Amino acid sequence: MTTLDELRKLKEKALDDLKTREGKASAKITVGMGTCGIAAGAREVTTAFMEEIQKRNLKDIIVAQSGCMGFCEQEPLVEVEKDGQKIIYKKVTVEGAKKIVAEHVINGNVVGDMVFASEEK
Amino acid sequence: MMPELSLNILDLAENSISAQANFVEIILDENIKDDILSLVIRDNGKGMGDEFVKQITNPFITTRKTRKVGLGIPFVKQITDLCEGELVITSEPGQGTELKASMKHSHIDRPPIGDIVSVIHTLIVLNPHIDFLFIYKVDNNIYSIDTREWKAILDVVPLNDMNVQKALKVDLLSGLKKIGRSLI
Ligand SMILES: Nc1ncnc2c1ncn2[C@@H]1O[C@H](COP(=O)(O)OP(=O)(O)O)[C@@H](O)[C@H]1O
Ligand SMILES: [Mg+2]
Repeated sequence: MTTLDELRKLKEKALDDLKTREGKASAKITVGMGTCGIAAGAREVTTAFMEEIQKRNLKDIIVAQSGCMGFCEQEPLVEVEKDGQKIIYKKVTVEGAKKIVAEHVINGNVVGDMVFASEEK
Repeated sequence: MMPELSLNILDLAENSISAQANFVEIILDENIKDDILSLVIRDNGKGMGDEFVKQITNPFITTRKTRKVGLGIPFVKQITDLCEGELVITSEPGQGTELKASMKHSHIDRPPIGDIVSVIHTLIVLNPHIDFLFIYKVDNNIYSIDTREWKAILDVVPLNDMNVQKALKVDLLSGLKKIGRSLI
């Protein structure tokens, strides 16, 4: 278990890192975590997003969860909010998650063949 | 049906989050000596009335507007029925909800616990504003993590900070290893 001392050091390290970057998130990824989403693999997809972001050291990306989005047969559904635009991806797999991070989140190119819906803000 | 109990746990915790809880307790207890596996999920969300709770194991009960059936709780009920256990839900409107599922540990139909580390990690990191207390017991060995303790020290550093995410994972993995549950 993490000791109090380790937690204090963790805080110092995180604060140091915080100083070196801007406050605003550049993208938000929201995974649908209703029963259907989970049954269709939302946990694995979420873990893939988290690992990919960690691996590429992308510190300004937020991963969040939402409840059922109401389109069970399209699950797992993932919404990416970036540059004032919202894109919902359908039937996202672990491979799909990696692609979304590489192409959309980093380079700003929507992954066309996976899009379920989109919305400009 | 979910292939792993940890996925049911993720699903049930999502109910608590949808019910606007800001504190969720998840207690997993493998009492191998007495051959009982029990799961308790307790939250301080908006709760449910008595009549509603009575019907909740029926899949046609949901307050969600997006779909007419709710399957999360019926799935758990199915498991406890199959595995010689029971599902008890107590709730108080405005106070919160407690769900207790028990089953025979060695029952052939009992789903494996599965990747509980990813589930707890995901819940904590994706919901940094909700407090979680996770306790995992295997007979007399206990692992627990309380995000309120982490927050008290981390202060302005959020639980979804990348450094914290890593540390949480290490805590969960090493903690479970200590109670003999590293590869489930
Ligand atoms: N922890 C909880 N607190 C308050 N209400 C709950 C809780 N868990 C379940 N409910 C209520 O029971 C309903 C059925 O839950 P569930 O079987 O998981 O299906 P779903 O979440 O898809 O509606 C929910 O829509 C909600 O109204
Ligand atoms: Mg549910």
